[in-house]
This record gives sequence, C-alpha cells and structure tokens, in this order.
Amino acid sequence: MAKAAAKGLSFYYGDFRALKNLDLVVHENRVTALIGPSGCGKSTFLRCFNRMHDLYPGNRYEGEIRLYPDDTNLLAPGVDPIEVRMRLSMVFQKPNPFPKSVFENVAYGLRVRGERSRRALADKIEAALHGAALWDEVKDRLHEPAFNLSGGQQQRLCIARALATDPEILLFDEPTSALDPIATASIEELITELKKHVTILIVTHNMQQAARVSDYTAYMYLGELIEFGVTDELFIKPKNKQTEDYITGRFG
Amino acid sequence: MSYARDLTAIRALIASHKRWDHVFALCGLAALMVGVLTFTALFADMAIDGIPRLNWEFLTNFPSRRPAQAGILSAWVGTCLVMLVTAFFAVPLGVATGIYLEEYAPKNWVTDIIEINITNLAGVPSIVYGLLALGLFVYQFGFGQSILSAGLTLALLILPVVIVATRESIRAIPQGIREGAYALGGTQWQVCRDHIIPYSSAGILTGVIIGMARAIGETAPVITIGALTFIAFLPPAPVGAEAPFISFDWVMSPFTVMPIQMFNWTSRPEAAFLQNAAAAGFILVLMTLAMNGLAIYLRYRIRRNIKW
Repeated sequence: MAKAAAKGLSFYYGDFRALKNLDLVVHENRVTALIGPSGCGKSTFLRCFNRMHDLYPGNRYEGEIRLYPDDTNLLAPGVDPIEVRMRLSMVFQKPNPFPKSVFENVAYGLRVRGERSRRALADKIEAALHGAALWDEVKDRLHEPAFNLSGGQQQRLCIARALATDPEILLFDEPTSALDPIATASIEELITELKKHVTILIVTHNMQQAARVSDYTAYMYLGELIEFGVTDELFIKPKNKQTEDYITGRFG
Repeated sequence: MSYARDLTAIRALIASHKRWDHVFALCGLAALMVGVLTFTALFADMAIDGIPRLNWEFLTNFPSRRPAQAGILSAWVGTCLVMLVTAFFAVPLGVATGIYLEEYAPKNWVTDIIEINITNLAGVPSIVYGLLALGLFVYQFGFGQSILSAGLTLALLILPVVIVATRESIRAIPQGIREGAYALGGTQWQVCRDHIIPYSSAGILTGVIIGMARAIGETAPVITIGALTFIAFLPPAPVGAEAPFISFDWVMSPFTVMPIQMFNWTSRPEAAFLQNAAAAGFILVLMTLAMNGLAIYLRYRIRRNIKW
C-alpha cells in the first residue's frame, strides 16, 4: 500500500534544476532506498519530503509529494512546512544530538508538540529508546550529556528522537556514513526491526547497504530517477543499462 | 633519483626550514611582550603609587577638598549603577538584534547595508555618542544629567559590540543542530529559545563583558552629558522601608563615575591628589579584571555542557 508518492517532482536551487520530474511510490511499512553516485540528487530528494529546503532562500519545488491516506500534497504552498515536519521525522548523515541530556534530546520533539507531563514524557522516551535499541545502554545515564555517548549510540539517540514523535515516515539521510562497521551493523539491524511499524525512506551511497536493508530501491543519476523497483529484482536483473553499470561497479 | 635516500641532505633541509620556526617564535614572543609588559608596567606604576593610599575610608568617603579625607564612594557607586543601566538596555537590544539578523532577517542588500552600518557604528568616537546623548536623552527626552542618561549613552556605545558578539556566536552553532531542531517540527522562535540562545550564550556573555569593560572606562561621553565631578551624596536607595519598597528614583539622580573622579584628581596641582587618582585607577582596573574573571568563569561553566 502506498504511504507517499512523488508525482512529477522537480526541484530548483535558484536556477539550477537539481531534480527532474521524479515519480516514486513509497510503500507503507517498507524500506525504500535511494541510491546513486554523489551529486545525483538523492539527499535533495529526501529533503523535499520534510520541506527542509524551505529553511534556505532561493529554493523552489515543482510537482507534488502526496501523503496518504489523507492525500495531502506536502509541497503545496498552503501546507505549513512545520506541519509536514511534525508528521515525518528525519535522521541525518552526521549524528546531531543537541548539547543537552539524553532525556532532553528525545523529549524535544514531544516538548515542541506541547507535551508537559513529566510522566507521559518519561513513558514515551523509554518507548522510543527501546525502539532505537538504546534503552539498555542509557537507562542509567538519561541525565548525562548526549555527547558522552559513542558515535553509534549518538546516531541511535537521533533515531530515538525521531521515533518519539510517532512519525508516519522516517527519513534517513546516509545514517551510517559517519559510523564504523559495528555501529553500522547495529543501525541496519534496527532499520529492519523498525519497518514493522514505520515506513522508511533511506538515502545511502553504500549499495550493499541498500541491498541488505531495503525492499524497494530507486537508482538516481544527475537528478533523474533512472530505475525504481523491488530491491532483489533491481540488483539481480536491472532493466536499465545505466543501473546495471552502477550496481556492478563499472560506473560510479 | 630518489629524494628520500639522501638522509643527510633531508636533515640539513629540515634544519634550515626549522630556523624560521625559531625566528617566528622569537618575533611572536617579542610582539606579545610589548602588550604584556606595557600593561604590567602601567599597572605596577599605578599600584605602587596608589596602594599606600588604599584603606576602608577611601572606599567609604565622599570626595573632599582635603586629599587625605577624599574618597571614591560616590564614584564607585555611580559606576556600578551606570553599568547596571547600561547592561539592562544593551543586552536585550543587542541580543535581540543579533538573533534577528542571523535567524530571521532575509539575506539581501537591505540587511547588508544594516550590517555595514553596525560595523561602522563600532568605530564612531565615543564623544560623538556623548553629543548625541546630550541632545537626545538629556534635553529632548528630559532625562537630565542622570544615571539613566549615562547608562543609555554607554548602552548605545557598546550595542555594536554586543550585536557582533551575538552574531558570531550564533554562526558558530553547527547547521546540523539547527536542522535537527527544525526537523522535529520546531518554529523559528522555538528553535531560537531552546537551542540558538542557550548554545550561543557563552559567546554573547563574553561580548557583553568586553563591551562593559570598555564602557566602564569611558570618560568623554559621560562628561559630555554632564556627569558632575564633585558628588557628596549617594543616589536614593533602590529599596525602601515603606511601600512600594522598590524605588527607581536613583536612575534620575545626578552622579559621577570612576574615570571622571580620576580625571578630576589628576587635574589638581597637589601631589596628594595624584596619589588618590592612582588609587582610584587601581580600583577601576580591579573592577574591570573582576568583570573579565566573572566572564571567564561563566563561559567555562556554560561551555562545559556544550560540545559538538
């Protein structure tokens, strides 16, 4: 079932057309991976989903991203980007915990939504930390600064922060590119676990990672969507020559 | 043809390159010493002249015609109160301006012009601020020759410093932190209140104290607006025994400040007054150092919890 769909999406940084007429369906409770060489626009595409580009001047969207079941166009001028960000969470490339305590980091999204009850906060934070497979490691140090955690723990804390607000889609922007192989493995395992309840869209420049964690894969090149399909099919039997060159390592 | 093999030549090359390390280290040290030694000499000279004059009465006496009985009570109280008013106006105005320019204002030619103006404002001679304040605060607004006028004048004087410090420390916050907060659904104000302001507060504080340390020694603008050189009374107390207990009459009171008291004493012919001036100068430097020390301590306290 479709959770979201990009329809004829183009994106401009000023006059530069970074995304060209993309169409893509994001399936509910599945992992969709965006792959492609550096500069192909995969992060730009991801950042359209939570209107991150609105933070900077001179950016412009064309086309639509529909979010279901309510069929809201996330890019419509009348839709507040803050409303969009309340529905979709994002995990960034480099772990970016706030210089606050572990507790406050996970609590922030809830506080923004007006949650004041200490009890409700504590419950939701515990659930989110469980969800991010971090609870056992931090349950005794909830009030310590988040930067005392290791890089992998910090990234899982950022995942917990994103989960705490019960997002409809979880956006991952190369979440393991700043992590070592062991931390990477734990994040990948976590993504597989999370997709039981959440729809996930992940950007990665690691093809093996896409093959390991995703159900659907989109290959992008120079702002265009070259091929999109079920991950196993795309990796084993790509329909497009360009995709084949890329995933077999002849290019990129 | 391999460079790496000729070890003697490589070592000689390194040695000759390292000579410049030593040359620069010496130049740098010499440059550093100019500043350090000048300050030490000035401070020591003032301390030697002034310390013998320091006693409790010097701090608790009003100025007097007799140098031995003259004190700096009205001057240091005046300085403290003027600084209070300065901080009260300069901090909120400067911080709000800095945050607005960094986080809210669109980046276009209007904000560019404003930015150039703020930088230029920092270079305007302080006497010009004094003249502006004389016309505006003292006469136009009718604040008179009061602590309020002086505080407002010095607040204007240090405003550019506070604005620039605020902007610099906001710019030091990584964009990833900002994006993380926005991605959770924060509004601009929520992001500013919960993240930008707390994380930049150490830098802002430093800017405020640097500005205050400049303002505490300013003489020209305070003379221009008519600070008196002989004040033998204190402003009304801010807390009273009768309702409403808190009074702001002191802001309208005439006043003097430390540099003016010093200036007054140095222009007297008697040597004993020069000694008074040195003692007052010593106290003024101590006040500045105490402020800087407080800034360093607070910055350390805040920065300890902030890393990225």
